[in-house]
Amino acid sequence: MSSLQRRDFLRLSAYGGAVFASALYPLSGDANAAASDDFYFVQLSDVHWGFEGPENPDARGTLPKAIAAVNALPEPPDFIIFTGDLTHTTENPVERRKRMTEFQAMARELKVKNVRYIPGEHDASLDRGKAFSEFFGETRYTFDHKGVHFIVLDNVSDPAARLGDEQLAWLADDLKKQPEDARIVVFTHRPLFDLYPQWDWATRDGARAVDVLSTRKNVVVFYGHIHQEHHHMTGNIAHHSAMSLMFPLPAPASQPKRTPVAWDPAKPYKGLGFREVEAQPKQAHYDITELPVQKEQKGSTT
Amino acid sequence: MKRMHLNRRTLIAAASASLLSGVGVVAIAKPKERVVKVIARKFVFVPDTIKVKKGETIVLQITAPEVPMGFNLPDFNTRGDIVPGKTTTVKFTADKVGTFAFVCDIFCGDGHENMQGAIVVTEK
Repeated sequence: MSSLQRRDFLRLSAYGGAVFASALYPLSGDANAAASDDFYFVQLSDVHWGFEGPENPDARGTLPKAIAAVNALPEPPDFIIFTGDLTHTTENPVERRKRMTEFQAMARELKVKNVRYIPGEHDASLDRGKAFSEFFGETRYTFDHKGVHFIVLDNVSDPAARLGDEQLAWLADDLKKQPEDARIVVFTHRPLFDLYPQWDWATRDGARAVDVLSTRKNVVVFYGHIHQEHHHMTGNIAHHSAMSLMFPLPAPASQPKRTPVAWDPAKPYKGLGFREVEAQPKQAHYDITELPVQKEQKGSTT
Repeated sequence: MKRMHLNRRTLIAAASASLLSGVGVVAIAKPKERVVKVIARKFVFVPDTIKVKKGETIVLQITAPEVPMGFNLPDFNTRGDIVPGKTTTVKFTADKVGTFAFVCDIFCGDGHENMQGAIVVTEK
């Protein structure tokens, strides 16, 4: 049994998570040889630290539970990424920094120390990313890991949800430096495509980014913002949104307004969670496993 | 050939005369426009529900007294930026029946996500 298979077995035994495969091309080649370069990372999203409301009676306890769940994974991930809305928005700059300080202290409890952050509109749109940058660094950047080129795009520091000409040129320049068959993973907060603009689930100039990315054949996008798992293709590009760690939102167009899904005392933390992404760079293949904040406990109430 | 030229000239002259006199001309009525004033304030559109008859052309005159806001009505492919001190005009013709959401698409503060509304279009 390869390490990949063993990890899948352990993980699924532990959590009963749902697996979604994102393969740009069918699996091929020697699976054992490919496994030597395989790795996995964890995506957490939409923590909204500082939120208070009946939508989550355990608002200050949910992130610690998720961190404990990540720390308890049978094998540690290579890295962890938070895809935005680390904090719930506040118009008070002092309070914003207080929330970021508290969030950062929580995140330091993660055993894995390779942790990356990107902003959401709640973190960055009211001050164009100033506080976020003070705590977490650049709002857009790239990094490489075991044969995959990762690109973080900032579609929230502009309150109008635009990437902007300058960032789009930066993206195009970065892609030019990559080989034609580069494995590219994009992290961003808002969907780059028009998922449901009626609820502001879009990026104003996201189609331009998709056009640029479409010049490459191995591109996958992971994002947050919509507080639920969602999978969509634009041409060859797969887009996968993640669950929130504060409150779920309804499926697009499923009700008149995007009001949060009510907390269910019979099923606490339902609809909340995080994901593992098992990357198999040689095959440009990604297995996505959605995991709950905590294992379902029969008869549990909050 | 000469007769045909004459006929054509005659027809053109007759048509011109008809246009001048109004006889036999179908009037193309300019679509009726209705102005609706909307205020985008923290964190609500006033009004947040606008009732419209199918076929009406609506001119929204939107103001934002506090901070910059956005008005996006995707189902009618129209939007506008609203800057304090100015009136933004957004125009659309209600060519379909239903309830169509509009939203503020510029992050405007801690109640931004409540800034939603609807255009309700009914048959005439």
